[in-house]
This record gives sequence, structure tokens and C-alpha cells, in this order.
Amino acid sequence: MADLLGTSPDEVQLRFRTDEPVDHAAVTVDAFLDQSNAAAVRIEPGDDARALLPHLDRIALVEVSFPVFGDGRGYSSARILREAGYSGELRAVGDVLVDQIGYLRRCGFDAFAPDQPLDPEDVRAAFDRWPQVYQPTGDGRVPVWTLRHG
Amino acid sequence: MYRYDHYDQAMVDARVAEFRDQTRRRLEGRLSEDQFKPLRLMNGLYLQLHAYMLRVAVPYGTLSSAQMHALADIADRYDRGYGHFTTRQNIQYNWIRLEDAPDILADLAKVQMHAIQTSGNCIRNISSDHFAGAAADELVDPRPYAELLRQWSSFHPEFSFLPRKFKIAVIASPTDRAAMRLHDIGIEIVRNDAGELGAAFYVGGGMGRTPMVAPCIRDFVPLDQLITYAEACLRVYNRHGRRDNKFKARIKILVHELGKAEYTRQVEEEFAHLLSQGIEPPAAELERIRTHFAEPPFEAGLPDWIDRSDPDFALWVDRNTVAHKVPGYVSAVISLKPAGGIPGDATAAQMHLMADLARDHSFDECRVTHTQNIVLPHVRKADLHALWTRLEEAGLGAANLDTIEDIIACPGLDYCSLANARSIPVAQKISARFAASGKTAALGELKLKISGCINACGHHHAGHIGILGVDKKGVENYQLLLGGSEAADTSLGKITGPGFDEEGIVGAVETVTDVYLRERAEGERFLDTYRRIGMEPFKEALYG
Repeated sequence: MADLLGTSPDEVQLRFRTDEPVDHAAVTVDAFLDQSNAAAVRIEPGDDARALLPHLDRIALVEVSFPVFGDGRGYSSARILREAGYSGELRAVGDVLVDQIGYLRRCGFDAFAPDQPLDPEDVRAAFDRWPQVYQPTGDGRVPVWTLRHG
Repeated sequence: MYRYDHYDQAMVDARVAEFRDQTRRRLEGRLSEDQFKPLRLMNGLYLQLHAYMLRVAVPYGTLSSAQMHALADIADRYDRGYGHFTTRQNIQYNWIRLEDAPDILADLAKVQMHAIQTSGNCIRNISSDHFAGAAADELVDPRPYAELLRQWSSFHPEFSFLPRKFKIAVIASPTDRAAMRLHDIGIEIVRNDAGELGAAFYVGGGMGRTPMVAPCIRDFVPLDQLITYAEACLRVYNRHGRRDNKFKARIKILVHELGKAEYTRQVEEEFAHLLSQGIEPPAAELERIRTHFAEPPFEAGLPDWIDRSDPDFALWVDRNTVAHKVPGYVSAVISLKPAGGIPGDATAAQMHLMADLARDHSFDECRVTHTQNIVLPHVRKADLHALWTRLEEAGLGAANLDTIEDIIACPGLDYCSLANARSIPVAQKISARFAASGKTAALGELKLKISGCINACGHHHAGHIGILGVDKKGVENYQLLLGGSEAADTSLGKITGPGFDEEGIVGAVETVTDVYLRERAEGERFLDTYRRIGMEPFKEALYG
């Protein structure tokens, strides 16, 4: 059941933010909606990220859980939160592999707490891999479509 | 046809580098097979019964002469001298070594090709009408929209781990030659009453173990919202598609379980939200892509008649050519279904020849059809005899398009680790028998499709006659289906009754065709007669 308590800052291998990490554990979406003082919440694949939208101003950390890397619901959860203006930490936790972190970053994740630590060199290669992107995803990267037409 | 700019080329080159790195990590043991599997699958590399199989994308089925030559070279250099054209307009190679796969991808990148997303739970190669840009009945060329969707779906970060694979087809004529409504999303480019072009969206079709014909969820999406609407369809699926059971994970199950109305409501809600996100490409991008599909320089005033004095040639013209929108031209179909042959296979030498013929006779372009043949879309009628002569010499002159010999068959148990039964030998026996008996001509249009398991890669549900191979207590057994269609009158076939062994199924096909020949009314195809008289007369003949 320890998983339900979320990751601690010590377990975060990669973080692309300068603010201080939240120092308390995340709660489940149900628990979060029941209590008013938590600033950290954890989304499981079956949770509806949109349930958090009325409360984004008081959330500083959203953990999105990937129990298995092949369950891609968390990618949509992340984009939904970013599209709604969420600017706090968005942390991918669980079965997060080096071959997924590029996609995760594009969907708005800015912190990664993988179950198995990633090889730093592989991580660098993964982030440097793609010189361009085709689609806008709200991550600030300018898609090829825009580059072509000034 | 579409040519990469430096951006497209950089994407494909980056993919080659990435896969080279992933393959190296796998060969060094740093990636487990479980971790490597989804990565190789996103590059079209399957592990089959005997070897790795590599599936190469042919976007919307269009190939240049240089690309076809490159496919032939790969067959020679890395495989056993042949390749297999698939029902999704791709080509696959069946005898690939893992160590060679990165080099093959590098060779493909040199001719603006790739194997990106030809497998895995992501958006697959976009398919289209193989007569696009040539068909007399099309509204516009559908391929610019397919190309826009190709770019949007390539490395789409949100949709690379969907519940299941996802197939999109785009057409732009009332005659459906791409089985559009049997795709996860089928798009038909249409014109509204105001004269504007738009897209009708059909969502939730598919074959497999639960065949379904896609309902239309929106009859007109403006073209400047096409990508946004597609993104909404995919997001609802990614969030709510079933992930508890692989066999219920396709979007057709979601649409079926929610109901068309509720799925549509959710899509429209997501669409309204996404419109505010500015994800649609600029209109100039669609214009840029359209210029790549400008008409080739057709000649005016060409002779519009064909010298039919050679009867064998005349038969091939009747069977294997299709009306073109420009007088003096036709689209010619090269049958990859020689009597007794393996449907869809072509040798390297044959591919080189088809590439040369595309260069000499079809403005450097050819197409792969979902029925596993090759089209030369723009051939001068005056050139047809010379073209046919070269095809005949290479064993590519079979005059059997849309006949019972023009069989779609999956690779089956000869190659595939999922199959329950062999498909290829059944196809070979049927085409050989009907070619020898001479009944092919009398039967006219008759679409026969064979799958070696319920995953239905051979489209058996959509065959006028379908054959499904199953495993019956360790013995291959074949069920017979009648009445399917993948055309504009899409329907799903029904099983006749108990199955047959390998010899029995060939005889059973002959039996049902005899019922048709006996019962048909003037002008009826097999499918029409079946629809009129129903299953009973066929059952009676089969099972007495």
C-alpha cells in the first residue's frame, strides 16, 4: 500500500523545475476531493483528470501513475491538466522507461520518478533525439507545420 | 506525389538513429524482450514463427519508381529475394535478421520511406483509394488529407500507447475502394450544399473477431478542423477504450458499448475544448501538401481506342484496366495473383520490372492496393499492349482482377505465430482449380478472402466468399462464409455451417459457385444472387 502514499522528492530522478518540491506525500483523487488541505494528488490510469480542474489553484504536485508503461491514459491526463492551465509539477511515476520520457515530456510532464533508475546517458540521448516535432502539444515546441510557414 | 522536405527527412533519420540505439541495447542485453517488444513493433518488426518480419509503410499505397526499386533491393540483400504486399497497402519481408533491421531502415530513409508505426498500439499507416488522382468518379484526390494525417499521427506523443492498434483510411469518391467503413476511423472527403469540402467521419469499424461496420458520427467536419476532430476521436478512445481485455480493446468495442450517440457526444465535447487549443495546422500546410499531388502533365488529344485484335490482350484489358478521368488514359492493375501462386508476393525481379514500367508508362508512380495488387495509375491506352507484353514475359500478366482467382489471403500458419491454419495453400489450390476449369470467366466479379485465424487479417468477413481457418482438435479446419462486402454496400459474411478440411473447403467453394451459376438472374454477381436467394440453397448444396 506504500504506493498509495506517492513518491518522495528523493525518488525523483529528473526534474525540470526550479521551485521547491512539495514536501508531503500525494493523496488519491478521491481523498483529495474529500479534504481541502492537500497540495499533492496522485492520478491512477482510471481516474478522470478533469475532476481536478476546479481545484488547480491549490495543487502544487500531480503525480500520474504508470503501473505498466503500455497503459497510455496518463498521457491524456497530463495534457488535459496543462490545457486547463495547470502550472504546478507534473510527475510521471512508476513503470517509466527511457523510451517513453520524450513523449511524456511533450505531454507536459516536468518530473520523472521511474521505478528503475534510468541510465543518464540514455536519458540525454532520448531528449536530444528529435530535432523537430510535427504536432503542437502545448509544450512550447514549435511544430514543423509552423516552421514551414513562418 | 509527396516528397520529403528537410524536416520530414530529419524525422525519419532520427528514427533510424533511435532504432539503431534500441537494437544495440537489446543485443547487449540492456533491454529485455518485454521492454524491446513495443519499441521494435513501433518500427514494424515482428517476431514470427521462423524469423523476424519487417513491415514497411507505403503511405496511402503510393510508391515512386525509385522506391519500388529500393524495395526490390532490400528483398535481394536482406531477405530471400521476394516481398509480400499486404492488405493495408504495405510490404512485408518475412526473413529478416534483427542485426540487419537498422541498416534496412537506413536504406529506406534514403528513398523517403520508413517502417514507423506499422505495428504496435499506435496510429498505423494511413490507407487510401488506390485509384486516387486517376479515378473518373472522385471528388478530389484524397491523398493530401492522408498525408496531413500521416504527419499529425507520426510520433504523436499522446497516442503512442493506445489500448490497441488504430487504422485510418481516407477516400474521396462515392465508390469505396479502401474498405473505409471497416477501419477504426474512415474519412470520406465530401462537398456540402454550400460547395465547400469537408470530411465525413465514420468511427468504430473493423474486422477481427468482432467485425463491425463503422457508423457515421459526423457528416461534415470543415477541412480547417480535420486534425482537431481526429484528435478528439483519439483522445476519447485513449482515455476510455478498454484495457482490461486485449480482445475488447479496439475502438469498435468502445463505440458499440457506449453507443454511437454517447461516443459522439463525448467526441463533440472534447472537440469543442480542443478547438480552443490551436492544434490545427495552418491552412497553408494543406495547400503546400496539395501542390505535391498536382496532376501529372497528361497529354490532350490522345487516341481513346485500344487495338483488341489479340484476344489474350483484350481479355487482360477487360479484366485489369479501369476507367481514367482523362481521355486516352486508363489505370492498369498488375495482378499479383498468378493461378496457383501466393497472393501478394512479388520477387525482386518483378518489383524492378514494375518500377521500370511505372517510370516508362505511369509518370513514375505506382500504387499498392488493399487487395494485394499493384496499380499503374496513369497509362496511355496506346501504350497498353507494350506494357502487357512485358508483364506477360515476367509472369505478371494474369487477367483475373476481381475474379475468384484474385484472392486476398493472410500469411497464415506458414509464417504467422497467431494463425491456427494455413491460408496460402488454400488460396493456391482454389486459384489453380478455377483457372484450370475455366469457370473464372463465367463467375465474373467474385471476391474471395481467406484468414488463417479469427484476427481476420485476410478480411474473410468482407468476402463475397470468405474462408476462416480454425484449429479443430489439432487439425486445420476451414469455415465457409457467404455474403460479405467491403465496398460501398459494406456487409459482413455469415457462416454456412460446419467447417471443412483443406480438400473439402476447395470443393465447397466450387459447390457454392455452382449454386450461383444455376440460380443467377441476368446481370447478377455472386453477391447479388446470395442476397436475393439467401443462405438456404447454398446450405442445401453443401450439406444436403
